[in-house]
Amino acid sequence: MARIEAEVGRPQGGFLKWIDDRFPFTATLKYHVTEYYASKNFNFWYVFGVLAFVVLAIQLVTGIFLTMNYKPAAADAFASVEYIMRDVEWGWLIRYMHSTGASFFFVVVYLHMFRAMLYGSYKKPRELIWIIGMLIFFVLMAEGFAGYLLPWGQMSYWGAQVIISLFGAIPGIGEALVEIIRGDYSISDITLNRFFALHVIVLPLALIGLIFVHIVALHEVGSNNPDGIEIKQNKGPDGVPLDGIAFHPYHTSKDLVAIIIFLMVFSAVVFFAPDMGGYFLEHANFEPANLTATPEHIAPVWYFTPFYAILRAVPDKLWGFILFVFAVLLPVFLPWLDRARVKSVRYRGWIYKSALAIFVVTFLTLGWLGTMPAENIYVIAARIFSALYFAFFLLMPYYTTIDKTKPVPDRVVYHG
Amino acid sequence: MNEDDVDRIDRNRRHFLTVATAVTGVAGVGLAAIPFLSSLKPSARAQALGAPVEVPIGSMLPGEMVRVLWRGRLVFVLRRTQEMLAHLPDDVADLKDPNSEVVEQQPKYAVNATRSVKPEFLVVEGSCTHLGCAPLEDFEVRPAESWNGGFFCPCHGSKFDLAGRVHKGVPAPTNLRVPPYRFVRDDLILIGQDTGAA
Repeated sequence: MARIEAEVGRPQGGFLKWIDDRFPFTATLKYHVTEYYASKNFNFWYVFGVLAFVVLAIQLVTGIFLTMNYKPAAADAFASVEYIMRDVEWGWLIRYMHSTGASFFFVVVYLHMFRAMLYGSYKKPRELIWIIGMLIFFVLMAEGFAGYLLPWGQMSYWGAQVIISLFGAIPGIGEALVEIIRGDYSISDITLNRFFALHVIVLPLALIGLIFVHIVALHEVGSNNPDGIEIKQNKGPDGVPLDGIAFHPYHTSKDLVAIIIFLMVFSAVVFFAPDMGGYFLEHANFEPANLTATPEHIAPVWYFTPFYAILRAVPDKLWGFILFVFAVLLPVFLPWLDRARVKSVRYRGWIYKSALAIFVVTFLTLGWLGTMPAENIYVIAARIFSALYFAFFLLMPYYTTIDKTKPVPDRVVYHG
Repeated sequence: MNEDDVDRIDRNRRHFLTVATAVTGVAGVGLAAIPFLSSLKPSARAQALGAPVEVPIGSMLPGEMVRVLWRGRLVFVLRRTQEMLAHLPDDVADLKDPNSEVVEQQPKYAVNATRSVKPEFLVVEGSCTHLGCAPLEDFEVRPAESWNGGFFCPCHGSKFDLAGRVHKGVPAPTNLRVPPYRFVRDDLILIGQDTGAA
């Protein structure tokens, strides 16, 4: 080849070859896109990974544009958000896209996680993908929490006050830890400033890094499918899984439809209900932070409320905190809690199906309870559903062992 | 996919759909970019802060110059003496654009021998047309250096006469810009707005 080049006097293969000789451009594109084979029987539940990417892009772009006008200082923050809403051309749209995007990020990620539970995508050999995904979820929670302080409204301030105070429950180091988080004796300008740094630099960098690793791990073992079958076990003579089709153009063109429908729903919320009745943007947050008066009813944004309900169900500061942390961490261990031989819910018995259904109801009810005042009946209900939440995970090794499973076919089932 | 399937692919239709999707997508991204790019323009607050400014000139003596800020930009208001005005035609041979032919550098009503509405009052932006430094005033006439007074930019040595016209052989490409302005009264100039002017 080198000799030919010398003879002809110019390189063969053009620009792309010049690049490929120095950087694995075509090889990477093939490996991750045009020759990445995913099961042909993907259904509705398989669009949320791509949608999470779309929301991430929306959040990054709108976030960058917001920082161009936002001021991370206690004296200026609230006014600068008002300024974005009123004086910056299209600023209202950019801010509402970002605030709505935060909620949609959690909608999409929760559905994405539920998909994994439906089809056992966390089971061997995909345990690490699941654990990385849980880390992404934790970073996302921190990101949402830090971002919610930035507008410096009443709920920003008092919500942060409550959540940061949680860490004070840790015996011995609690109070010192809380001071380090706040950087002050109370939530102040200093806290706001560092939360801004976390929200726009530290956590997004961590998020992007983890997502990259999540994808690399996924493309190493290959995607799961609604039948929970390893499609790589049935390859054609060309080495391509018989049940696999290339990610591009087959899955991408399907994902495009999902993206368009997603954007329609997203736009409807942005334009017609950006506060979503107080769930996406809480009404108390339209008032600037007042350090002398807590809002009458204080609740976190909806995506934290299931865990918040568990926290409030416990009549003890330390134990409330422990169970809260436990509730958030427990799903990490799903790959080992689940002892079933099959992955997909399609081939599991009635016990797991019932458990999963109860878990969905439990999670949604806890989410609703977390938005309600912590009073008599709600507290009792929160205790019952908290018990169900933990039972789902802690009893899993038992009920997935005794559950009768159906035989799994060799090839994926193709529902028209 | 067997041979029959390959034959049944309507490539024209597929090509049309691919192109139509791509064109729609590009149009959508283009439209979505409009709000983001518009948000970078001066905001309503910046526009409000960029409102016209009034400059009282009733107490200015001949030869006196005041500096005012309009939209954060430096503007010189110089009350020229009769001697200064008398020197203006002397420089013409040394100037790049003695007749103010570069249209963007002044409103129509400042295209004249003195580059002003009233010959006595020079209103120019104090921003060198080379790279934006603020020129210094140097009103002393020094015939030995054939200098009839004007402005000198300390950054890269550009020279302008007392009508803000740029000399030849200096880095600045054009004359100092004349902002829109009008005389509200004989003793009051409004810089930044000229409706119903001149």
